Amino acid sequence: MTKFEYAPAPESRSVVDIAPSYGLFIDGEFTEAADGKVFKTVSPASEEVLSEVAQAGAEDVDRAVKAARKAFEKWSALPGAERAKYLFRIARIIQERSRELAVLETLDNGKPIRETRDADLPLVAAHFFYYAGWADKLDHAGYGANPRPLGVAGQVIPWNFPLLMLAWKIAPALATGNTVVLKPAETTPLSALFFADICRQAGLPKGVVNILPGYGDAGAALVEHPDVNKVAFTGSTAVGKAIARQVAGTSKKVTLELGGKGANIVFDDAPIDQAVEGIVTGIFFNQGQVCCAGSRLLVQESIQDELLDALKRRLSTLRLGDPLDKNTDIGAINSAEQLARIKALAETGEAEGAERWSPACELPSSGFWFAPTLFTNVTQAHTIARDEIFGPVLSVLTFRTPDEAVAKANNSQYGLSAGIWTEKGSRILAVANKLRAGVVWANTFNKFDPTSPFGGYKESGFGREGGRHGLEAYLDV
Amino acid sequence: MPPAPAFADVTASDSTLRRFLHGLPGVDTVGLEARAASLGTRSIKTTAKAYAIDLAISMIDLTTLEGADTPGKVRALAAKAVNPDPTDRTTPRTAAVCVYPDMVATAKAGVAGTDVKVASVATAFPAGRAALDVKLADTRDAVAAGADEIDMVIDRGAFLAGHYLKVYEEIRAVKEACGEQARLKVIFETGELSTYDNIRRASWLGMIAGADFIKTSTGKVGVNATPANTLLMLEAVRDFRAQTGVQVGVKPAGGIRTTKDAIKFLVLVNETAGEDWLDNHWFRFGASSLLNDLLMQRQKLATGRYSGPDYVTVD
Repeated sequence: MTKFEYAPAPESRSVVDIAPSYGLFIDGEFTEAADGKVFKTVSPASEEVLSEVAQAGAEDVDRAVKAARKAFEKWSALPGAERAKYLFRIARIIQERSRELAVLETLDNGKPIRETRDADLPLVAAHFFYYAGWADKLDHAGYGANPRPLGVAGQVIPWNFPLLMLAWKIAPALATGNTVVLKPAETTPLSALFFADICRQAGLPKGVVNILPGYGDAGAALVEHPDVNKVAFTGSTAVGKAIARQVAGTSKKVTLELGGKGANIVFDDAPIDQAVEGIVTGIFFNQGQVCCAGSRLLVQESIQDELLDALKRRLSTLRLGDPLDKNTDIGAINSAEQLARIKALAETGEAEGAERWSPACELPSSGFWFAPTLFTNVTQAHTIARDEIFGPVLSVLTFRTPDEAVAKANNSQYGLSAGIWTEKGSRILAVANKLRAGVVWANTFNKFDPTSPFGGYKESGFGREGGRHGLEAYLDV
Repeated sequence: MPPAPAFADVTASDSTLRRFLHGLPGVDTVGLEARAASLGTRSIKTTAKAYAIDLAISMIDLTTLEGADTPGKVRALAAKAVNPDPTDRTTPRTAAVCVYPDMVATAKAGVAGTDVKVASVATAFPAGRAALDVKLADTRDAVAAGADEIDMVIDRGAFLAGHYLKVYEEIRAVKEACGEQARLKVIFETGELSTYDNIRRASWLGMIAGADFIKTSTGKVGVNATPANTLLMLEAVRDFRAQTGVQVGVKPAGGIRTTKDAIKFLVLVNETAGEDWLDNHWFRFGASSLLNDLLMQRQKLATGRYSGPDYVTVD
């Protein structure tokens, strides 16, 4: 019996009012899909149906792109300071409604309220504030005087950070004078629809933002639409490659933010306790469903035992369960489909001879759950060292020297993120310069800030989001 | 006193001791503080809160360390330690009362017949700026007067000058003066050591020298106990037990005034050192005003109403 048993501390569901059904958001109005199709969105923690949502098809995409095109003329002609006002207003409304949106996101996505409350929502608001500040300063962004927007941006976002990925896409697009048609993922459409309501609340002109919940076919129709000038996609590498093929030969500007297999490198002179925290944050934040997750732990062989003991001890304190409980560290996996993929890859890891370990951990009987897992005795040849798992599964590999660490870290089809843990400043600089990863964290991991550009090398995609660099993707430069 | 056998090599000279202490893993400031802040968001409600409040009360070293301390003041404090809430006799007693050496006899009389301990600061508290024989005489006085626990201060000047062996030997000598009778708490004055690396080194130095408790601070400087420095010391006692099998207690002191704060510290204990430390033999709060806030929160849980400061005793 545990001495200090934390009593349930659930965040109240009553702060959010989820309607039984939602339409598509086109030209400032909620409307049914042209073919009347709908789909259900469920809570991954309980499989309870949360709402029924209109499912966009090609005809709806066309309607939305036309609305965005119509709105573009006036929106792009507004002085930057005027566009900024709308963005600042949206940012403030998000802050005011942050508790409601955090609960909503937790219900629809399955991630713990601790994360939506302390990470997702503050970052969402910060992104809108940050890009609001750019709207009237584009002359000084380094692209010459009066850089022009592209037109209509077609944006397709994933389910892992639904509202944050929306913010990453919509904030820079609007700040630079583009209009938007955005398709949220089919498993997490609700926060984007609440965002549509926020656009109305902020008085955003009709058609500037259009939200089309739907499946991959709607995403493909959006990417293919001839009147879309800019395609922005965050999601799997397989879909990213398909999109790249679709837009080849057109004038569409593309940014892709795809998969990753981030190396988290721990040297023998690392601050061990903080490194353990960083490893946990790196792979178990959002149940590991993070494209820049530190899913490969590269630990110097001389401290492997000490570090793994400390890591296992720490994993035993992780609290898995009801995502709405304020003390939950690990929530639900987003969908049955994703859970099946994680399970299959973990089984491959075992079949290929890696050693599997999880802390004692009771999984709820309904919903989609996977215990935090680590694999030791993993080598570069193992599937779980190469393929993105997108789940709470850490592969532990060892290295002997800094050069070997760099070689192994870079030996990946991906190049999105990496982490370096050492108390030696010169080593941080030397290693960071050699890593082929878009983001390199030193003595931390999974830290995000709207002022910092984010994006990948190799099959992790191209283009940068965030910071001044993030403007380029939405400007005709 | 012979050195602790497990660390005889380490304490052979100033340079071996320095090599050992400077070979401990570094502490990343940002990461440590982020972890402490993140544990601070745990939401402790209802039954968990009731457990934590009673545990916190039972862990208090109820303290008065003023130039103006009188026998009357100390008697009042001892009475409060024995019977914190006169309206509710189920309230646990505090762990100890903590006074200056000349007040030990008075305190001892006040807690007679109960399990409440008497702790005494010693070794020229709080600055520790005195000759070793003066510090030892101070300690022996307190022990002779019946102190169950001695809260000594380390020589921060020697520590910051890199004279680790001097600090070590002083702790050993005071430990010897405590004899079998008194448990020794070693105060680092973390606010003066300033860096987390120093706090980790001081923690190991104290534990190697035989501290029964390591304690953050005197309560007499600007920065006293913080969640981050206490978390760091909890990591140290956890690692020390893993390495040697010897369990050492932790006492944050100074600046912990509210139930909310105290519960955050208990969460740190629970999720860092582990539940073996959730006991007043292994964890203490050096505090005075904290007790009344805990009592008010305890009354609130029992009755559903806030009573207010007139329903707890002023000491």
